[in-house]
Amino acid sequence: MTDTTNSTKPASSDGIFARFLRATELDTRLLGMIGALALIWIGFHMYGALVNGFGAFLTPRNLWNLSVQTSSIGIMACGMVLVIITRNIDLSVGSILGFCAIVMGVVQVNILPAYLGLGHPLIWVLAVACGLMVGALVGAFHGFLIAYGKIPAFIVTLGGLLVWRGAAFLVARGETISPVDPTFSKLGGGPSGAVGATGSWIVGALGCAAVLGLIVFGRRQRVKFAFPLRPVWAEAFLAIVGCGAVIAATVLVNSYFWPRGIVQRYAEAEGITIPEGGLFISHGYAIPVLILLAVAIVMTIVMKMTRFGRYVYAIGGNPEAAELAGINSRMMTVKIFAIMGFLAGLSAVVASARLNSATNSLGTLDELYVIAAAVIGGTSLAGGVGTIYGAILGAMVMQSLQTGMVLIGFDAAIQQVVVGSVLVLAVYLDILYRRNSK
Amino acid sequence: MTAQTPLVELRDISISFGGIRAVDGVSLDLHAGEVVGLLGHNGAGKSTLIKILSGAYKKDSGEIRINGKPVEINSPRDARDHNIETIYQTLALADNLDAASNLFLGRELTTPFGFVDDAKMEAETRKILARLNPNFKKFNEPVSALSGGQRQSVAIARAVYFNAKILIMDEPTAALGVHETKMVADLIQELKASGLGIFLISHDTREMMDLCDRVSVMKNGQMVGTERVEDVTEDDILSMIILGKNPKAAA
Ligand SMILES: Nc1ncnc2c1ncn2[C@@H]1O[C@H](COP(=O)(O)OP(=O)(O)OP(=O)(O)O)[C@@H](O)[C@H]1O
Ligand SMILES: [Mg+2]
Repeated sequence: MTDTTNSTKPASSDGIFARFLRATELDTRLLGMIGALALIWIGFHMYGALVNGFGAFLTPRNLWNLSVQTSSIGIMACGMVLVIITRNIDLSVGSILGFCAIVMGVVQVNILPAYLGLGHPLIWVLAVACGLMVGALVGAFHGFLIAYGKIPAFIVTLGGLLVWRGAAFLVARGETISPVDPTFSKLGGGPSGAVGATGSWIVGALGCAAVLGLIVFGRRQRVKFAFPLRPVWAEAFLAIVGCGAVIAATVLVNSYFWPRGIVQRYAEAEGITIPEGGLFISHGYAIPVLILLAVAIVMTIVMKMTRFGRYVYAIGGNPEAAELAGINSRMMTVKIFAIMGFLAGLSAVVASARLNSATNSLGTLDELYVIAAAVIGGTSLAGGVGTIYGAILGAMVMQSLQTGMVLIGFDAAIQQVVVGSVLVLAVYLDILYRRNSK
Repeated sequence: MTAQTPLVELRDISISFGGIRAVDGVSLDLHAGEVVGLLGHNGAGKSTLIKILSGAYKKDSGEIRINGKPVEINSPRDARDHNIETIYQTLALADNLDAASNLFLGRELTTPFGFVDDAKMEAETRKILARLNPNFKKFNEPVSALSGGQRQSVAIARAVYFNAKILIMDEPTAALGVHETKMVADLIQELKASGLGIFLISHDTREMMDLCDRVSVMKNGQMVGTERVEDVTEDDILSMIILGKNPKAAA
């Protein structure tokens, strides 16, 4: 028979590393991505330290900024994973982002204040709701054309790339809209758009609880159905590494302090006298990072634990089989593109809040970074394969490269050359990896 | 038995693809507790005919009755609602999913919160596959990592798990080893004894004579004839397949 037995050698002949992998059930590609990220970080830091005499990469300030900059691309990459898994592509996300940003800008600056009064607490809520809805509708419309009109996704979204960028210009006749609502602007990060030290420790504690909860729950499920268990040392290892990472991230974001000027203004406003050594106020996790985290968790649950997610994978693996199993793949396509549009709208919130303004060029070229993030993160363009965490790691890789090159003073032209080459190289490595693991 | 209303009646079914009449005015019925074999050369229209019953294709004309009642089958879901389960010739498995996900595709078991219950589905899959293919071990790998026979076992398990009343098996043993083929033959006998109606497609005339109550032969989209296996020899069947004429009818 055509059995390609994945030679399962007796355990004793395997190396320690192979046994470690089997016990922890970690997949090598996840470790590979984390390794690559670590290399990039250390590489840029060392380069800065050796060549410029100052390693600026592995500092709380830079890593905190990196986390904020990753958010916008990362949020959209979570949606792009679904699109690519089902063998489609979305080239329009950057333009949808720009369009949603302009719509939200007009709503909160030009329209709502006239009815509600400037600074009304509902303004940001309504603006965000508008942006998300517009994004979802545009996405659903694309999905409809693809699924029911049978126009290839490449063409529909290539058209969308031009249409929505042009529409963004038309809505505000090319003007930049600012400043946005003060509460809205917090969604973009910055000293007032972060949750502070205490808030971050609460987030960290929840994170650790989640790690432990997942491990305990997983073990209990396996016991219930008499499936093979992970050895206790492996479970303990996972728990320690998981909680360790959460705690380290929390310590990191808490050791990036507000800039002196802002502290001064804050102290004056609150009537605090700044002590001798200076007043240190932690940023903590930035709100856009928490938004990305929430999106990642929700999307991971959707992909791993719901029928919808199962059908996304099934359609990507074998569209005909999915159809024969009674899955309505057309409706699925509409929903997937609607989710993609919704997430582009959410990214628009983060991006325009961060800029404190909305311009029609916001998000230009983002589609390329988003697709690159998903693909570097292991989403296969052939369909059927991809993970949310991979896409977020991919977004971090892209953003780290970008930030790192800026820090060490590469100019824009070299940045483009490097980012483009890395994309091709990453996909090639991925192909090699898959060939070997077959 | 023939006095009862048949479980399935296919009447004058036709379908064309472009200019080709893949199935051309075919009628066939199936009773509960009966196995009807479909034979014919490659491209005769066997798979196309049963795909109309399973909801994969929509017929151009003709009528389908189940328990004497005319029914409309416009989608695989409709077929499932009539307790029709199908093992497709292509197996119709999502290669990137594991055995359990494939077995329950479109009908996932869920927890009280509405999430898919992977552990429960895997446990059920282990149970049913233990009956069909005791050597099956790869429960946590995508089915692309399975052998042809193992994949076929998954497809068979999927069709028999959901308590079908009507079972369609399109070359279910094509990739199976001797032992596994024997297990499927036993399974067919067992299902038949429990009152299922089974359409079986195969190119193995010998096997068909053993397993079926009646055999039908198709050629170029048309029905050549249907005979009870007791009334014909293997050679009669072969000549029906090759010549496209029913020797009994001519005699
Ligand atoms: N989706 C389709 N589009 C176009 N033509 C088709 C399609 N499906 C089947 N046909 C044609 O219909 C005819 C009957 O095909 P079918 O698959 O039913 O044959 P079969 O009897 O099952 O053959 P085999 O023994 O090789 O499985 C063939 O000529 C085939 O080319
Ligand atoms: Mg066939």
